[in-house]
Amino acid sequence: MIAIIDYGAGNLFSVKNALDYLQIENKITANPAELAAADGMILPGVGAFRDAMTMLNQSGFTEAIKQQVKAGKPLLGICLGMQMLFEKGYEFGETDGLGLIPGCVQRIDSGGLKIPHMGWNDLTVLHDCALSADVQDGDYVYFVHSYRAETSDDYISCYATYHEKIPGLVFHDNIYGAQFHPEKSGQVGMGILKNFARLVTT
Amino acid sequence: MLAKRIIPCLDVRDGKVVKGVNFVGIKEVGDPVQCAIDYDRQGADEITFLDITATHEGRSTMIDVVRNTAKNVFVPLTVGGGIRTVDDFRQLLRAGADKISVNSAAVRNPQLISEAADKFGSQCVVVAIDARRKEDGGFTVVVNGGRIDMQMDAIAWAKECERRGAGEILLTSMDTDGCKQGFDLELTNAISQVVHIPVIASGGCGKLDHFSEVFEKTGADAALAASLFHFKELTVQQVKEHLRSHNIPVRR
Repeated sequence: MIAIIDYGAGNLFSVKNALDYLQIENKITANPAELAAADGMILPGVGAFRDAMTMLNQSGFTEAIKQQVKAGKPLLGICLGMQMLFEKGYEFGETDGLGLIPGCVQRIDSGGLKIPHMGWNDLTVLHDCALSADVQDGDYVYFVHSYRAETSDDYISCYATYHEKIPGLVFHDNIYGAQFHPEKSGQVGMGILKNFARLVTT
Repeated sequence: MLAKRIIPCLDVRDGKVVKGVNFVGIKEVGDPVQCAIDYDRQGADEITFLDITATHEGRSTMIDVVRNTAKNVFVPLTVGGGIRTVDDFRQLLRAGADKISVNSAAVRNPQLISEAADKFGSQCVVVAIDARRKEDGGFTVVVNGGRIDMQMDAIAWAKECERRGAGEILLTSMDTDGCKQGFDLELTNAISQVVHIPVIASGGCGKLDHFSEVFEKTGADAALAASLFHFKELTVQQVKEHLRSHNIPVRR
């Protein structure tokens, strides 16, 4: 069972709809203690880094997520949920993230292109990871964001180009993050969710 | 690079897709959830429902339509028509809509744009602007299907929408809508040149070349069409193949 973490700042239902459609067992949970019974975790997120981290800390999920990750459970962060996997965010001042992947989160330098970066952008595959098995260069996924991760190429599986390099899919051991919305990215996104589920059940 | 988007629009009344033909009234033509699934399969980049229901019962039916669509379609879903309050936003977003489009309610109460953007984020606030040429030049904002001229300059209104936090503008030309002679290039350019948010061109497409034209000659980020797709004169796939042959980036 995949736990969809409900800490008050997520697009929980679209993630749940996608998992239900794929017949992947899942449960929305607002109780950190329930993560122990889950085989994998999805951390969604919409809004600002600082507010979301505050809610994550206050709800008790920060420690619970770290414990479960340490125990080896797969974790997938989506959009802001992906950004929070990093060490620090700089939206409305410096805020500590979960610190599960080295790097930080900065505003996109779009070189005059529109912000937010919103719409279908194509991906370039840099490193294969368990989630990117079905992703090919040029596949489009749906982005909505104004900040992006700044991290070593070692952790980037796929990136989009929007004036600068935008990490799209990141990975580090059992931790994964998608800056785009796999649950809104048609077949390509569904493939990524399926691969995450496969990781959880095997 | 961001792809140019192709967005089919479905007019929904009392939970059924409806379409007027030659002004001889409205006929029911199908199940909105199934139509949305079909468009998704054709490669639609986003799906828009326009609720033309007037009754209270019809509105709760629309929420069910959105909920069922969101369980079966995994591209962004926009819902417009009759949205008046922040609470209307909340209900539709909770049902699974990704973006909400407001038209006359925003014209009459621009504060609605700011409040919705503050509460739910600009990314889900689309302002639909219906515009018509003025005799002395420029464009005026009209509402109620063009029946009421608000005596507002469309360009100034588009700028205000952006300033108030709109994430996108759905721009329909009342001069070209329904004429199938092509999108209103002049209007689309006038608006897309003054705002920094995406502009969706709507109204007037009748053939493949109209799609390549609007992307080649204006700053439009997306193009929306209803009848053309509805009556299967063209499929989304055909439009995308055409755009690709013109080297316009589209999602495959």
